[in-house]
Amino acid sequence: MTWETVIGLEIHTQLATKSKIFSGAATAYGAEANTQACAVDLGLPGVLPVLNKEVVNMAIKFGLAVDAKVAPVSVFARKNYFYPDLPKGYQISQYELPIVEHGHMDISLDNGESKRIGITRAHLEEDAGKSLHEDFHGMTGIDLNRAGTPLLEIVSEPDMRSAKEAVAYMKKIHSLVRYLGISDGNMQEGSFRCDANVSVRPTGQVELGTRAELKNINSFRFVERAINFEVERQIEVLENGGKVMQETRLYDADKDETRSMRSKEEAMDYRYFPDPDLLPVAIAEKQVEAVRASLPELPEAKRQRFMSEYQLSSEDASLLTGSREMADYYETVVKAGGEARLSANWVVGELSGALNKEGKEITDSPVSAEMLAGMLSRIQDNTISGKLAKEVFQAMWQGEGDADAIIENKGLKQITDSGAIEAIIDDIIANNPNQVEQLKAGKGKLMGFFVGQVMKETGGKANPAQVNALLKKKLSLD
Amino acid sequence: MYQLTIAEQAQGLKAGQFSSVELTKMYLDRIKRMDGGLNSYITVVEEAALAQAQAADQRLARGEAGPLTGIPVAQKDIFCTNGVKTSCGSKMLDNFIAPYDATVIEKFHAAGAVMLGKTNMDEFAMGSSNETSFYGPVKNPWDTSTVPGGSSGGSAAAMAARLAAGVTGTDTGGSIRQPAALCGITGLKPTYGRVSRYGMIAFASSLDQAGAMAQSAEDVAIMLGAMAGFDERDSTSVDKAVPDYTAGLQKDIRGLKVGLPKEYFAAGLDGDVARVIETAIEEYKRLGAEIVEISLPNSALSVPAYYVVAPAECSSNLSRFDGVRFGYRCEAPQDLEDLYKRSRGEGFGAEVKRRIMIGTYALSAGYYDAYYIKAQRARRLISDDFKQAFAKVDVIMAPTTPTVAFKIGEKADDPITMYLSDINTIAVNLAGLPGMSIPAGFSQKLPVGLQLIGNYFDEARLLNVAHQYQQVTDWHRQIPQDFV
Repeated sequence: MTWETVIGLEIHTQLATKSKIFSGAATAYGAEANTQACAVDLGLPGVLPVLNKEVVNMAIKFGLAVDAKVAPVSVFARKNYFYPDLPKGYQISQYELPIVEHGHMDISLDNGESKRIGITRAHLEEDAGKSLHEDFHGMTGIDLNRAGTPLLEIVSEPDMRSAKEAVAYMKKIHSLVRYLGISDGNMQEGSFRCDANVSVRPTGQVELGTRAELKNINSFRFVERAINFEVERQIEVLENGGKVMQETRLYDADKDETRSMRSKEEAMDYRYFPDPDLLPVAIAEKQVEAVRASLPELPEAKRQRFMSEYQLSSEDASLLTGSREMADYYETVVKAGGEARLSANWVVGELSGALNKEGKEITDSPVSAEMLAGMLSRIQDNTISGKLAKEVFQAMWQGEGDADAIIENKGLKQITDSGAIEAIIDDIIANNPNQVEQLKAGKGKLMGFFVGQVMKETGGKANPAQVNALLKKKLSLD
Repeated sequence: MYQLTIAEQAQGLKAGQFSSVELTKMYLDRIKRMDGGLNSYITVVEEAALAQAQAADQRLARGEAGPLTGIPVAQKDIFCTNGVKTSCGSKMLDNFIAPYDATVIEKFHAAGAVMLGKTNMDEFAMGSSNETSFYGPVKNPWDTSTVPGGSSGGSAAAMAARLAAGVTGTDTGGSIRQPAALCGITGLKPTYGRVSRYGMIAFASSLDQAGAMAQSAEDVAIMLGAMAGFDERDSTSVDKAVPDYTAGLQKDIRGLKVGLPKEYFAAGLDGDVARVIETAIEEYKRLGAEIVEISLPNSALSVPAYYVVAPAECSSNLSRFDGVRFGYRCEAPQDLEDLYKRSRGEGFGAEVKRRIMIGTYALSAGYYDAYYIKAQRARRLISDDFKQAFAKVDVIMAPTTPTVAFKIGEKADDPITMYLSDINTIAVNLAGLPGMSIPAGFSQKLPVGLQLIGNYFDEARLLNVAHQYQQVTDWHRQIPQDFV
């Protein structure tokens, strides 16, 4: 029997506000425990939540970017459960009336086709604190710095059919929230994480199989691995005549496996009800339009523009618009004088390769966009060859200065004085009479030998096109 | 001096007849001598009160005094007070000292009032007799074998015994009006959203509202003027200008249309109480009011709707009392579950537990629609009744309670009978309207309260209507014998 995988994702993205969603405390990451929590975050008696209006604008931005409906009225609800790092004994979230509904996101498949993933809803909620189990001599410490941090939970339809599609979707959402400037998307710090709902069914069957929910996955690699593990596990259970249980499972990255946290029977009853401390969030059409006007160029629009404005291939345009920073870098190179396609080749090729090798982000590149453009100008004006440019680039990467300084110091400037090249050619012709014979007799391949000899003599600094032309002239081949 | 109203004390202070320190000492002395038998205070802050009185005297000397400057008041122990224990009448918070003041407390401080202490109350404001307090029951100064009402029973008893010039209360289902009626004082629950709830420990957030109790409507007007107003820390407080509530007190009420809802004069109303109310209505007729019989047909829904909504909200509001960060924690917890179970099991009293359980049940999957949603629908019907009534009348009058104060212990083991003692006050909270209770006479030597219900944000009119009655009657100036 063949099986079809069905995946839906719930992505939790931390919104990049300065203060918390319902209090004035700071959201800064990495501070000393419990220094970023005020009476409201601690859930002290009598305190009340007040909505940070910035998070509403951020949710609207997201809603517009995924072509969703922004609800004119949405409602905060209490999700009730006891946990030591949940100070109030409930989390303020949105339940029946979320702020964003019915959007979508297109992903590219391996075969080059595009697939639309439905976005059921996106809702605002507060994050909980953190329990610290080490260093407390058998007790548990609580750090409430994260409590009350604003989150946007983005829930997809079960539209993905493989771990690869899930990763592609997650990457696109990740890129989008960073484009929109509503989240830093930092996965190490937990600013972007997801739960995956995974089920399998016999190919062709319409009804969905029983799903397992994989909790709290915080990297693209882990999403792929966790889903693949879980799919194999479920298929094995079914093929052995068993049943998949509806349950919550935890992905253990160290062991690369998922294991059961709680079954459906143990599932909690959160007793949701509208939070009486907060008014419904009313959003006027005017506010939506104001946010729309402030939207930056979105990834897909940018990709299309790169293709038409810079004559780039679909692939290069996708790579260059993968992140806002990458796209900005590329456009800075072009603005500073880099020829569009040559710039694309260098950013996608040499620069990205160097970044990947050292695990650096484009914003940390030792070669700035201006420096790269400076080097490309020297290629364009024939000062250096493309081949020598790689040497120049490496030198710039090592911090040896800008292209002009490196070309000067290393003497990499092309020899364009035809008299000097002609003298070298004369020598070579004189020293290789046999090859000259053969070439003249029609062995065209030997042209490469002569060019190579000239390049060798000039230390690569001769212009290959110029050498070719001069050789042909000297050997009277025209 | 203790017989003087706030307005009269303010005049005396301004005229230099006495100082705030003298006034404060007088009340502290009365509390020391008389509160032993009443148990109306949980905490008395003698030193702090005298320091505030001194500061008030200086302010008076500088000529910067307002109507509450130097006036000694008591705060219900539900309002968080920076540095002073805020127990909410519960063992759970017996050790709790808030690091902040409630907005109401801040506003009294800003007005220059002196805080004598914190008053006793039903645990977490859940009760109608002040018998659920961890600190023991409060006794009614008119007859110490009877209850003062609740949940603001300590405040009402302290006021009736003149152990403060004015007191605060909170009213979720009648917790200001019912004890005001049973103790023979004037009390006002403002429109929901008129006074900030910040720093006021929540019972049922969509119903809770802070208000004032004092001898007279004029005093309540002065206090409300200081308490009311928008607070950016409370999203449910309403951004609406606060009028001068004392400005319109003298207005003639001739032509005032008074509605008497027949449902509030039905079976269950004590005959003697009914006669007192009828006499008060006659007085209003003499003042020129026009009496109209009206109907609030969905009144019967209010008690059942209330006992779904209020427990549902309380079950969630009280989750934060878990023994983790503050308040009571059980001895030597074995694990997390043990910590939760015993801290809450030992920290909360029986009535609080009962309501948490009712509320948890009402919000559970499968029951939510049948209870919570239905109760919200009933709530809308009740509001609509009032809306239609106020299209015809200016104020609604009714008995605040169906009986006078009952005996301590009489209803303590019968929650349903106890819940029914709030039958006349609950609908006002469900609709979010302002309501008052004013002393209207006596039955069996115990005070009877007349309830006045107004339209949204019509507190000024209620105070005017109450004040006019108090110009021609002296029920509000009566003091229980033992406290003269």
